[in-house]
This record gives sequence, structure tokens and C-alpha cells, in this order.
Amino acid sequence: MSDTAADPRLLRAPPKRGIRLSWADERLRAIVWQVLVLGVVGGIVWWLVRNTQHNLEVRRIATGWDFLSREAGLPIAEYVIPYTPASTYARALLVGVLNTLKVAVVGIILATIIGTLLGIARLSKNWLLSRIAGAYIELIRDVPLLLQLLFWYTLLQALPSPRQALHPVEGVFLSNRGLRLPWIEWQDAHSFALLGLVLGAVITFFYARSARAKQMADGQPRKIWPAALGLIIGLPVLIWLGFGAPFTGDIPALRGFNFAGGMAVTPEYFALLLGLVTYTAAFIAEIVRAGIQAVAKGQWEAAEALGLPRGLIMRKIVLPQALRVIVPPMTSQYLNLTKNSSLAVAIGYQDIVSIANTTLNQTGQAIEGITIIMVVYLTISLSISLFMNWYNARIALVER
Amino acid sequence: MAEITAEATTPRDVPESPAEPRRPPMLAVGPVAWMRANLFSSWISTAVTLALAYLIIRWAIGFVDWAFVNAIWSVPVTEQGAQTQACRALDHAGACWAVITEKHRFILFGTYPYEEHWRPALCILLFIGLYIVSAMRRFWRPALGLIWLGTLVVIGGLMWGGVLGLPYVPQERWGGLVITLILSTFGIALAFPLSILVALGRRSRMPAIKMLCVVYVELIRGVPLISLLFMASVMFPLFLPEGVNFDKLLRAQVAIILFAAAYLAEVVRGGLQALPKGQYEAAEALGLSFWQKTGFIILPQALRLVIPPLVNTFIGMFKDTSLVLIIGIFDLLTAGKTAIIEPAWQGFGVEVYITVALIYFVFCFAMSRYSQSLEAELNRHRVR
Repeated sequence: MSDTAADPRLLRAPPKRGIRLSWADERLRAIVWQVLVLGVVGGIVWWLVRNTQHNLEVRRIATGWDFLSREAGLPIAEYVIPYTPASTYARALLVGVLNTLKVAVVGIILATIIGTLLGIARLSKNWLLSRIAGAYIELIRDVPLLLQLLFWYTLLQALPSPRQALHPVEGVFLSNRGLRLPWIEWQDAHSFALLGLVLGAVITFFYARSARAKQMADGQPRKIWPAALGLIIGLPVLIWLGFGAPFTGDIPALRGFNFAGGMAVTPEYFALLLGLVTYTAAFIAEIVRAGIQAVAKGQWEAAEALGLPRGLIMRKIVLPQALRVIVPPMTSQYLNLTKNSSLAVAIGYQDIVSIANTTLNQTGQAIEGITIIMVVYLTISLSISLFMNWYNARIALVER
Repeated sequence: MAEITAEATTPRDVPESPAEPRRPPMLAVGPVAWMRANLFSSWISTAVTLALAYLIIRWAIGFVDWAFVNAIWSVPVTEQGAQTQACRALDHAGACWAVITEKHRFILFGTYPYEEHWRPALCILLFIGLYIVSAMRRFWRPALGLIWLGTLVVIGGLMWGGVLGLPYVPQERWGGLVITLILSTFGIALAFPLSILVALGRRSRMPAIKMLCVVYVELIRGVPLISLLFMASVMFPLFLPEGVNFDKLLRAQVAIILFAAAYLAEVVRGGLQALPKGQYEAAEALGLSFWQKTGFIILPQALRLVIPPLVNTFIGMFKDTSLVLIIGIFDLLTAGKTAIIEPAWQGFGVEVYITVALIYFVFCFAMSRYSQSLEAELNRHRVR
């Protein structure tokens, strides 16, 4: 090998050719093609922009982002941050973004849990359970989501009025005004307890990391669950007790024609969440099933031969390998759920699409309105992609 | 150690005579054994089976009562319209299928002139025939393109009319299932060639072309279809010179094509990447030009690799055409939703949505089963 490397003929750099002015030269062809394509695309874009400018002038449609600071005057039924119709368009759009995030985040968490359970049920040795999961998956996947949303919304609207509300458990009411759940009266103590929970989780994370590093060094496994339990559950409880353990239940009750108190879930949000979760869970179930099936049977057998208990095999051997198959398609399901939440406009949940659509109808500024929708979704999509790519890289197989 | 070895080597239970012929295992085969293995293998499994069986039987009895036993199949129609008091008297204890009996023509054909309903009906059959022919492998040859072209021309002629003595029907009056089929069929037929070009462009060595394709695919895949449909319905007219205008259906169709092409391009790219590099190099070594190499060597193999995900994308696109409801195009779902706007029929949405869902389900389920069988068939050479 070293002989050939030393061969002076091979050390010589390849001759540098200039670009010949001939169609036979590949590089020249590439340049001509690219200039041509860019020219055509640029020309079309320029033509469209010129048409648009002309049309906007003729129709006297204002352009620019001034409308954002004007009073919106559009009523929004559901908001996370304070909002009145006297607020500005910018604030209305922000409320819309937050509403989208509210349904997307809760939807992703619930769909992941239900989808994983369904995927495992599909693989169950129990024939009935596996068949029911299979039938559910097939049925849900073959009907358009929009139709399912309309169906759920119609069903929820057909529920009895608050006076005859369904009342399955004490404090829970289901009526055509939506769902009412008991809640607690939020006080400072609860906020601090929540802070303690987050703090405990962060400390546990670092503690587990150092414990793992020590185990890598000396091979001694260390129990982390007592400390984790103390930090994640004990710390918030201690803080709460330190504040005198305030607790007042906020139980919904019927007052006149509607309920008072408790946590209200509107029929629109409930229908949208129900539709998104049941639909996405069916797709996630298939991904989870495929992922678990992708782990070779020999892995189970080898782990069993080592004498590992079943739970450890699942956690340390099978799941890490299944996750490599599961995470990339799961990412696109999360993206799909987020994008599908835009169907809210069909059932009257005021997400960003719905509010931007009302805005563009009121102001006539179509280009700005649709740009806002696209930018919001692109930002959300890219953020989820980046996070999941980071996670995927973390769990990816480390090869030489 | 010595003890164990001694014990292990000492023959203990050596039978004196040959063992008695054992009885065949009664519970190893047959339905009882199957149930023991698959339904009652442990006490958890037994509990799950019993709980599920109870729930299913209860639900099934309730559903049969609602959908068949207590259901009303038709109501008298007077000059004031349909008399739905009988249905309302049921108070959700039974289904009111009368809404389907009364409105099924509207749901399938929209506002198409009543006497001419055979035309969209024939078109629906032609579409289904086209799908069946395309699904058969012996028709997978260039002539299939001609069959498609011919059928689509016939469908256009039937829908618009104005030829062969058929009265002209403007496009505004089309509706129902046929619109869903038009949007999805044309959408896929036109998006597919475009997606191949984009996928090739994304793998091109020319940076400008590659960048254009990447931006196109990622931009479209990053936004929901609704935003593209809004763009088609409110922004598109601004893009065109004054006086030029396309109708709404065509604009929605363009949006669906652009949307589908981005998703299909990613599937096709997967096939291009999965093909061994040797195939590319061998084609180049033979001195084939780029288009010869792509057309004769690469695409036939790459597309075959991705047929199952392609069909899955087709199913997704078929379902996604229902989104045109939001910009007010009269497809199957919009027709169903409009059918229950009439005061007499308000409140019978569940019946209508179940019927419409059944139609979508039949199409999608057929496609998904077809994709599974095709996958098994195409992978047969890999199974040893």
C-alpha cells in the first residue's frame, strides 16, 4: 500500500480543465440548465408580483402590517391570555397561536399515550383485544379527519342541555355547553409547589446522569428511585405543606341555565381534541407496532439467556432499539397533528387559521393574513423537527 | 460438585418397560384449545376477554337497536317538505335513515340537474373502472396512460355536456361524490409526474435546481393544506392579470396538485435513495444519457420499491380532498353537511356523517387492502 502512495505519478494532482464552450462539457451544460431554470422561475415570480401589485392598486387594498396595531373588534370565546374585542389584531393573532399550541401540545401527549397503548394492544396475545385494536385502527385511518371532527362536534351538540347534563361522576358534567371538571382554587402555594416539581425533576435528571456516569466507571448500579421520589413528589408536597396546605375544591354546579365554577372545556375544543387524538392515535399505534416488531426475536432470547427480568429487557434492550425505528415516523405524526389542528376552523374553534381568516376578511389584506398562517406553521413545524432530530440523534445507534 | 455429578449420572427413573402409549392431547387442537391459547391464557387475559366481550355485546345491542330496530327509513313528504315529526319523536333512540332516503341523490350528485343524474353516476362508475384497471398488473404498460387520457376525456364530456345532444351543465352545478373523485384523481394523476421531477431535482448535483426543489418541498410540507386552499381561493385571483380568472374548483385543484406533489416527491426520493449505487454507475458506464438512465434503469426499479408508501399517500390525498369544504367547494362531505342545513332535517347529522364515512371508508379500505396485497406480492422474491 505504501508503495502506491509513494508513487509520484499518483501524487500528481488531476489536470485542471477550463470549461470548454461545448455542449459536450458536462459542467457547461449544468450551468446553462441552472441559469435557464432560475430564469424561468424568477420570471414567473416577477410576473406574479407585478400582477399582484397592479391588482392591489386597482382594488385599493392596503398593504403592510399597520393593521396589526388596530383594534380587532372580533370576539374570541376562548383565550389563554387576557383578551377583549377592544384588543389589537396582533393580540388576537397571538391568542390564536396560543389556542393552536394549546390543542396541539395536549393532543400530542394524549395521542402518544393512547397510540402506544393501542399499538401494544394490537400485538397482544389476546385475540379479542388485538382484533378490536386492529378494527379501530383500520376504521379510523380510512375516514377523513374533517368528517370525524364534524361527527364528534355534532354528537357533542346533540347532548342534553345543562339542566339535564350527563353526570357520570360527582363534579363532572357533560352537556351541549361542553365538559365541566372539578378543579382547585389556584393559590400562590400551588404555583410554588409546581415550581418545586419542576426543580425536583431537573435535579433528578442531573442526579440520574451522575449516577449513570459513576456506574459506567465502577460497574456498581445505584438506586436512584428513592432520591427521585423525594425530589419529584416530596419537594412539592413539602412546599405545599409549608404554605399551610391550602386546598379548596372548585366544584362546578348548575346556576340558572349554565354551570358556574370548575374547569370548563368548550364543545369546540373538546371535539377538536377528541378528533385529533383518536385519529392520530391510530397512526401512532401502527408505528409503535412496527417498531416493536422490528426488534429481532433473538434480542429477547439473548436477554432472557442472560437472566434479565422481563421489565429490564423491555427497558434496556427492546425499547432503545424499537425507538430508533419509531422516532422518525412519530415526528411526522406530531407534525401532522399540529397541521391538522388547522381544521378547527370547520367547527368554530378559534385557532390561528380561524382568527387569521377572520382578520383577512375584515381587513381585506389576504396576503398578510395567509403569510401569518404560513409563518406560524412553518415555525412550529421546524421547531418540532429540530427537537425530534436532536432526540433522534441522541438515541441513534452509535457505530464505529 | 462431586455429589451433583454423581446424582446427575446415576440413572434414577429408568422405566422398566416401554412407556404406555400416551393419549393424544385432547386440548392441544380444536376450538377449545384455540380459545384457551388466545382468549383465556392467563387470569389477566381472561379478565380482559370477559370485559371486552361484555362491552362489545352491550355496544352492539345498543347499535342494532339504534340503527335497525328503532330506525325510521322513510317519512311522508308533503308540499311543505318532509314531515320529520316521527323522527324527532324518537329522540335519538333510533336512527332516522329517512334523511338518506330523501337526500341520497343530493349527497351523491349535489345540485346537478335531476334528470341528468345518470351522467355523474356513469362518471363515478368510469372512475371506479379506471381504478380497477390501474390496479391490475397486466395493464401496467404505456398504454395505461392512453386509457387514462381517454377515460378522463369521456368523463369531461359527460359532466359538461354540450356534445352529442347532451345538455350543457355549468361547472357550478356539479357536486357530491363526483367532485371528490375528480379532485383526487386529477390531483394524483398530475401530481405524480411533477413529484418525480421534483424528486430528481432534489437529488441533482446542480445546486440551484436542488435548492429550488428543497425549498418547494419543505415549504409545502411545513404548512397545512388549508392554508394552501385559502391561498387558492383568496390570493390566487390577485396573482393573475386583470380579467383573467379561473373558477374556484380549478384553483383548488391546483392547490391539491402542488400539495400532493410535495408529499409524493419525498416518497419517490426514498425510492431513488434506496436503489444501490451500482445501478446508477452501470447505467453511466453503458453511456446512457441522463434521461435514458432515469427512464429505463432508475425509475422502474425505484418506483417499484415505493409502491406501498405511494398508495398510502394516495389514500391520504383522497381523504384530504374533503378539506375543500372549508373554502366552500361542493364535494361529498360538503354535500352531506349541506343536506342537513334544511330545517326539517336539522339534527340528523350523525346519520348523514355515518353514510358519508362509509363511502370514504369503502374507497380507502379497498386501496389499503390492495397496497398490502401488492406489498406481499412484490416482496415475494425476498422471502426465503
